[in-house]
Amino acid sequence: MDTSLKREAVFDKLFYHSTRLCAFAVLLVIIAIIISLIIGAWPALKKFGFGFLTSTAWNPVTEEFGALVSIYGTLLTSAIAMAIGVPVSFGIALFITELCPVWLKRPIGIAIELLAAIPSIIYGMWGLFILAPLFGDYVEPWFTNHFGDIPLLGALFSGPPMGIGVATAGIILAIMVIPFMAAVMRDMFEVVPAVLKESAYGIGATTWEVIYKVVLPYTKIGVVGGIMLGLGRALGETMAVTFVIGNANRINASLFMPGNTISSSLANQFTEAVGEIYTSSLIALGLILFLITFIVLALAKLLLYRLSKQEGSRT
Amino acid sequence: MLKKVFMLTMIVAVMVILSAGITGQAIASDVRTISGAGATFPYPVYAKWADAYNKVTGIKLNYQSIGSGGGIKQIKAKTIDFGASDAPLKAEDLDKSGLLQFPMIMGGVVPVVNIPGISSGSLKMSNELLADIYLGKVKKWNDDKIKTQNPGLKLPDSAITVVHRSDGSGTTWIFTNYLSKVSPEWKRKVGNDKAVAWPAGVGGKGNEGVASYVKRIKGSIGYVEYAYALQNHLTYVKLHNRSGGFVVPSSKTFQAAAANADWTHAKGFYMVLTDQPGKDSWPITGASFILVYNNQHKPDVGKAVLKFFDWCYSNGSKMAEKLDYVPMPDNVANLVRATWHEKIKNPQGMPIW
Repeated sequence: MDTSLKREAVFDKLFYHSTRLCAFAVLLVIIAIIISLIIGAWPALKKFGFGFLTSTAWNPVTEEFGALVSIYGTLLTSAIAMAIGVPVSFGIALFITELCPVWLKRPIGIAIELLAAIPSIIYGMWGLFILAPLFGDYVEPWFTNHFGDIPLLGALFSGPPMGIGVATAGIILAIMVIPFMAAVMRDMFEVVPAVLKESAYGIGATTWEVIYKVVLPYTKIGVVGGIMLGLGRALGETMAVTFVIGNANRINASLFMPGNTISSSLANQFTEAVGEIYTSSLIALGLILFLITFIVLALAKLLLYRLSKQEGSRT
Repeated sequence: MLKKVFMLTMIVAVMVILSAGITGQAIASDVRTISGAGATFPYPVYAKWADAYNKVTGIKLNYQSIGSGGGIKQIKAKTIDFGASDAPLKAEDLDKSGLLQFPMIMGGVVPVVNIPGISSGSLKMSNELLADIYLGKVKKWNDDKIKTQNPGLKLPDSAITVVHRSDGSGTTWIFTNYLSKVSPEWKRKVGNDKAVAWPAGVGGKGNEGVASYVKRIKGSIGYVEYAYALQNHLTYVKLHNRSGGFVVPSSKTFQAAAANADWTHAKGFYMVLTDQPGKDSWPITGASFILVYNNQHKPDVGKAVLKFFDWCYSNGSKMAEKLDYVPMPDNVANLVRATWHEKIKNPQGMPIW
């Protein structure tokens, strides 16, 4: 009896330590990645200093590099993706959980999961060969004709309609992140206890009031988490963006003009980069992307923390 | 117990068989496969040669077209038996890293356009004009500069969209080398490299990326390796060359440019074929190079590599011409063979060729 107990205790300990090892391995890998990025980026950071973040230069001939154009492109495409993706995935999730007839739930759910499983290169090719021509031939001219003359706003929609550019990249990204966000939101909305919703309906609330005042407050942490998951994917997406963004190292006011993101710069140039400063500048770009994602996640955590604190004070 | 013993013997047996297989393979691979990496521009012809060579000798070539810069990096890291680059290395660079460079194949880079109503070879362009378009100074197709050179053509009042490579590339090196030679302003503002700070336009990834952007965007101009222009049925332009004639891209005009090259006096085979004299010379012609080490630590492998390229010089011309490349002339091939004999040594200092 004793021995078998002892053996179980040993086994338990072993189990505890091995799981702990797995958890620590993740931490270790992250630290190792940061360290190797910093080492790799050091020559560039030393040479350009803080100016690396604010310079728009990217000249392999004279070896002058700056990250501003790539950072701008990364943030702008992700912002477009979020502006389109968040409302749409919200709508999808709400429709599935609250409004959809039961027989339609499964087909829509499966379609969303399939959309999430498509490799990004397929999105890129589809974007270049199908979406970009449609966008260039019909959507962009329409926008330019209707909004092009309005001051300030018009600048966003100026330029020749190529179908390739920041706007197209943002739309492709939106399509890519919608399934992730919609799936998370749907799962969240589904765990809202039926009792809560039914009592709200019982006292005469409309569907919108139930969603806005019962479902959303109950699930906000999960919803924000889902949005962050989508944003994380949008920031780091490489191949699909590279196909349609036009890869030009310039900041344009117009959304229809080509731009560049951090990950597409890396994908385009890393294999051919010769010389220490060139390679190192690319690694520095990678480090910046890492930091941006880190900051976004940190902000999300902060937001959730403040939300939950408010909750406490209200009751 | 018996089961355990059985399992153990099985494991040992499997391991013995596996390890025997691995060592056996390792010995064989020394002469059975050679590996190289680099330039994408000559990849189609290298693949064709490798396939034919494999059928004759059974030796396999593993060539990865990761780009010229990648090829140089990999050969310097000694992970491959030979590197390939479209941009020649300078003699000093070669000496510093102990590498030998020799030309393997030549070809042309062609400007291609997408203008409704304009067919291949009908649009003429002088040197400065092409540079001005890529500098973003000439912005419309009905610009006076284009009109005066093409009096008979109906040119639309549409914006010019410049398409360039977004990745670093030997094709870009050849193209910007040409622009630097013909336009002082280009040389001063942009320069010549595998990737440059483009003053205008959009970037496509790879020759196929540029080709699909040009096809896609009306009013665009791009530059691709000749084979891609043919395969994609792109509209190429006539260029003005140094001797004053307008020429269309073809293997004949590439050959005319290549015929000028004086390889005998090119130190380390450093040779750029852009902007060559001769009334038939296509101005944006280039050679693609192979890099191997002077000192071969594994002489067997080194010899197998040289044997392959020797075979390509002797038997590969027809295949290259079929793919619209220009093979190296026999006298250059002999010059290269002589250089192999002179420079490439085994660890004992004896020539391996």
